[in-house]
Amino acid sequence: MTVGNVTTPGLIAGLLGTAQRDLLLVWKRPGDVLNPLFFFAMVCTLFPLAVGPSVEQLEFAGPGVLWVAALLAMLLSLNSLFLSDFEDGSLEQLLLSPQPLVLLALGKTFAHWLTSGLPLVILSPLLAVAFRMPGETIGVLMATLALGTISLSLLGSVGAALTVGLHRGTALLSLLTLPLAMPVLIFGARTVSLAASGDLYSMGIYALAAYAVGALSLAPFATAAALRISNE
Amino acid sequence: MTNKLTAHDLTLIRGDRCLFESLSFALESGGLLLFEGQNGSGKTSLLKTLVGILELESGEIRWNDVPVRQIRQAFFESIAWMAHRVGFKADLTLVENLHFESSLRSTSMHRFDAVLERLHLSRLKRLPLRSLSAGQQRRVALARMLLSDAELWLMDEPFTNLDREGRELVLEITAEHLGDGGMCVIAAHQDVPLDVPTTRIAL
Amino acid sequence: MWTFFHKLASPPHFYRLAKTLIPWFAVPGYLLLVYGTYAGLFLAPPDYQQGDAFRIIYVHVPAAYLSMMAYMILAVAGGIGLIWRMKLAHAVAASAAPIGASFTFLALATGSIWGRPMWGTWWEWTDPRLMSELILLFLYFGYMALRGAIDDTAKADKASAVLALVGAVNVPIIHFSVEWWSSLHQGPTLVREGGPAMDTAMLYPLLAMIFGFTFVFGAMLLRRIRTEVLHRERRTRWVKDLVLAD
Repeated sequence: MTVGNVTTPGLIAGLLGTAQRDLLLVWKRPGDVLNPLFFFAMVCTLFPLAVGPSVEQLEFAGPGVLWVAALLAMLLSLNSLFLSDFEDGSLEQLLLSPQPLVLLALGKTFAHWLTSGLPLVILSPLLAVAFRMPGETIGVLMATLALGTISLSLLGSVGAALTVGLHRGTALLSLLTLPLAMPVLIFGARTVSLAASGDLYSMGIYALAAYAVGALSLAPFATAAALRISNE
Repeated sequence: MTNKLTAHDLTLIRGDRCLFESLSFALESGGLLLFEGQNGSGKTSLLKTLVGILELESGEIRWNDVPVRQIRQAFFESIAWMAHRVGFKADLTLVENLHFESSLRSTSMHRFDAVLERLHLSRLKRLPLRSLSAGQQRRVALARMLLSDAELWLMDEPFTNLDREGRELVLEITAEHLGDGGMCVIAAHQDVPLDVPTTRIAL
Repeated sequence: MWTFFHKLASPPHFYRLAKTLIPWFAVPGYLLLVYGTYAGLFLAPPDYQQGDAFRIIYVHVPAAYLSMMAYMILAVAGGIGLIWRMKLAHAVAASAAPIGASFTFLALATGSIWGRPMWGTWWEWTDPRLMSELILLFLYFGYMALRGAIDDTAKADKASAVLALVGAVNVPIIHFSVEWWSSLHQGPTLVREGGPAMDTAMLYPLLAMIFGFTFVFGAMLLRRIRTEVLHRERRTRWVKDLVLAD
């Protein structure tokens, strides 16, 4: 159909190129990554201040508090996922590229997880120690957060794509994403609680892993469809 | 090899407004298609329907007699898009931006230095785009067109923010592209004085 | 077959068809509701454990079931609208959302009222089904908020369809996760292996209420779709002719 010498770059090149570009952008503007992290740490300190310094209570509430704070921090970072691309016209160029939009969206989501989800996982032991979490439970917490944030990035990318360019998009993004994210929160926080009380917790980890795999295979398609709709 | 872009009976309704109705036209290699009209007349919308960003109420667009909807990805290999906004990241340098471009679509990166030289961008290539003037950013957008291997160029108001020299440059580059057997669709509110086979659509 | 669908999907045709259909839904619906209410309140014997408090299931169960069904309608109609670009399907989804949200609210309210004498509290956190209903209500809120936030109808239709599809995939997962989260509630009463566990004098009014509510739901939905179609097609010839004819 086209002139002979046209060679579109491979699919992996598109996916990695998009992820690499977003990582480079974060490197030049690290504040975008740091703000949600600070937010995460601050929400975690709010709870003891509000609930009281009783060690027993903190031990009990720890898993839930850390998970809610992580969920909110992820939401905070999601707002900017497609916003700058929408505003400077890059999104249009992505939509009109010969690369499948699903892969480009996946590349962007991957970069988002690397810069928002992974730092939360790495920071979480520090806060978990403050909540008197025992060492083995911290391992479980990190595992659930790692799997859970993957799902949250993917789910959130659908919400972010649906609300990009909308007036009052931030509030709407939370309204759309939070109910969808509840299973992740339930599995994540309950699994850590079960581990803390010495109960069997493997079921929760499997459920989180299954959710992440499901989200990985379905969410990018919804994100791509939503991006085309939002850019109309 | 010649290519053909045809539009049949295009109708677009946005909200309550009918922007155009039963519009048909054709464009072949070497030809220029010009959408003329005042601001808000629907030029940009028409351009967007051609590439499928906006959904038509009715009608069909064909690339080499195949409906574009069926070969969207392949069609996108053949187009280069220059919108009102630059479509590059302001925090990245020209080199970084164009490098990303080359991971999205087929580009002739071996011409990179020559193209930048021609557009007077060589000295600016290590600067983040946000430190460039509006006119210079326009030239960066032109660099994308020149580096791409696409046959069909679509440009929305390509003369905006350019001085006289810049405008001449756009005309020169467009004429060259058409001379090489390319094709071009331009939406502009001013005339495009080029001596090429031109189809005019007034909106 | 295709021509039938094509004709069904044409707004003026559906507008007229809906008008003839509404009484066929409304009349049996309200008759069943009257019978169900009377039988449920006076004919059915009191439950040996719950006393008269159980009678609220005659509203609670149909409302809960319709709240799920309305969400499925959002997803299926949205999917049809996206894939086959059928405008009528989007009008159906837009009309079903507020009705579905109302039934979800009704299910929550009746569940909470039932919980008062049963558990001694208006809101029992450990009850997984009330939790699922609450999350479903949030899903409806999100859906309607997204519709409301987008000015362009066509764009709002498509965006909310994507959201409804993503939500529909999530609804069973939400239900499962909430079940896992807590396992303290009486088991499913209506459908049990080896036939229903309910006394027939209790069961018949319940079935009458379920069907009655469904028919009334259908009538309400058709009415709303008629209004929605009229509003969406307000610029077209047939609506203008219709208005002039009156």
